[in-house]
Amino acid sequence: MDQFLTDAVKFLPILMSGLGVTIAVTLAALVISVILGLVWALMGISRNRMLRAISRVVINTVRGVPIIVQLFYVYFVLPELGVQLDAFVAGAIGLGVAYSVYQAENFRAGFSSVDPMLIETAQSLGMSERKIMLRVIMPLAIRVTLPPFGNTSVMLLKDSSIASTITVAELTRAGQLLAVSTFQNMSVYTLIALLYLAMSLPLTYLVGRLERRFARK
Amino acid sequence: MISLKNVSKSFGDTQVLKDISFEIQRGEVVCLIGPSGSGKSTILRCINGLERHDGGEIVVDGSVLGEKSLPAIRAKVAMVFQRFNLFPHRTAQENVAEGPIHVAGRPVAEAMTEARTLLERVGLGDKCDAYPAKLSGGQQQRVGIARALAMKPQAILFDEPTSALDPERVGEVLKVMRTLADEGMTMVIVTHEIGFAREVADRVLFMDRGRIVESGPAREVLTAPKVERTRVFLDRVLNPL
Ligand SMILES: Nc1ncnc2c1ncn2[C@@H]1O[C@H](COP(=O)(O)OP(=O)(O)OP(=O)(O)O)[C@@H](O)[C@H]1O
Ligand SMILES: [Mg+2]
Repeated sequence: MDQFLTDAVKFLPILMSGLGVTIAVTLAALVISVILGLVWALMGISRNRMLRAISRVVINTVRGVPIIVQLFYVYFVLPELGVQLDAFVAGAIGLGVAYSVYQAENFRAGFSSVDPMLIETAQSLGMSERKIMLRVIMPLAIRVTLPPFGNTSVMLLKDSSIASTITVAELTRAGQLLAVSTFQNMSVYTLIALLYLAMSLPLTYLVGRLERRFARK
Repeated sequence: MISLKNVSKSFGDTQVLKDISFEIQRGEVVCLIGPSGSGKSTILRCINGLERHDGGEIVVDGSVLGEKSLPAIRAKVAMVFQRFNLFPHRTAQENVAEGPIHVAGRPVAEAMTEARTLLERVGLGDKCDAYPAKLSGGQQQRVGIARALAMKPQAILFDEPTSALDPERVGEVLKVMRTLADEGMTMVIVTHEIGFAREVADRVLFMDRGRIVESGPAREVLTAPKVERTRVFLDRVLNPL
């Protein structure tokens, strides 16, 4: 235990920079996944059959390929096609695309939870399509979307460790390097696990509270 | 004010409105009655553009219903729904003010004050801040009527406004509607409340299988129907056993 504490004091500052990169790559991937996820979801509920078909194909394809392979694709294959990306950007894009299909499912569930009668009511009041989206569909859908969105975000946070495989210097990668050079596997990986928990547990707790709050309404 | 000329409408292969023609004058109260599935809701939905008719012509306040005129027509014709359809994430007052603020572009403070006045008018002055889930069916429907009135419509379409209500809540909603009728509001009401129709409506249209099979002054049609199908229907509604 003493050993662990002295190691912790020594290693934590080094791991902190990795933690920062983990948070950064997670947030960047989150933004990408939300934007793309919204696009897939809106295409999926569109009146246009073509758009619906594209959305379905994209979602099934992305869901069917392991995230690590998607990251390799972005980082190793795209350069061969002339698109050179720095590791961090490749990680954010790869994770963002991979997670966009889960976000799309969260949004789809939210949209389809909105009573079509309420949309008709808004139409009968003369509301524009845009206002209906902003004032009726979005606020109602978000109650259904937010709890699974929280869970997806926690999963994304953990899966950001996969970016270590393409040399993104995030928490897991920083830990690996540290473990290799110090041989303190136990201390290093325990610290890393604790750091992930320090982020994911509060998030999980928050999601649970949101869920209960919406359930009451 | 509202006129239909040879309006028809099909869903797929089934024609649900066949050659419907009638005219509603300003200030008139007309009840649409008839068996389930006869097309009553579809008529109201067509007038409001929620459903597109495939033949004939609908004219509201001088303009022919179409893609272009729809927004203007919706501003003139409000709708009240069987299942109230209040926005669950907004208070009673916000529900009423939603249209004025976000469709008519009125100032928020002004619209909210007016919403309060309208809620007072339907006897819900104390429920301004209540969310729909906290209101009884009768109260929700009165908010629904206040929401329709907030658009300052020239006519209101009611689709079975009391049939989702507990029997002891029906009266409070009919009372509000009767007041509106007395004040001269143009109203088209789909209803199974024959007593209400007899007392409040100027005219009754009886529908069956997509056609208007009988129409005339409310008292006449409802007390001495000329058409056999109307007679059978009324008999069944008035003497369910
Ligand atoms: N969106 C739709 N798609 C297919 N058929 C429909 C649709 N809406 C209504 N119908 C059919 O059209 C016919 C008329 O329906 P409508 O709702 O106008 O009847 P109604 O007179 O209002 O009946 P109720 O008293 O049950 O409300 C019914 O046979 C119904 O099944
Ligand atoms: Mg109906």
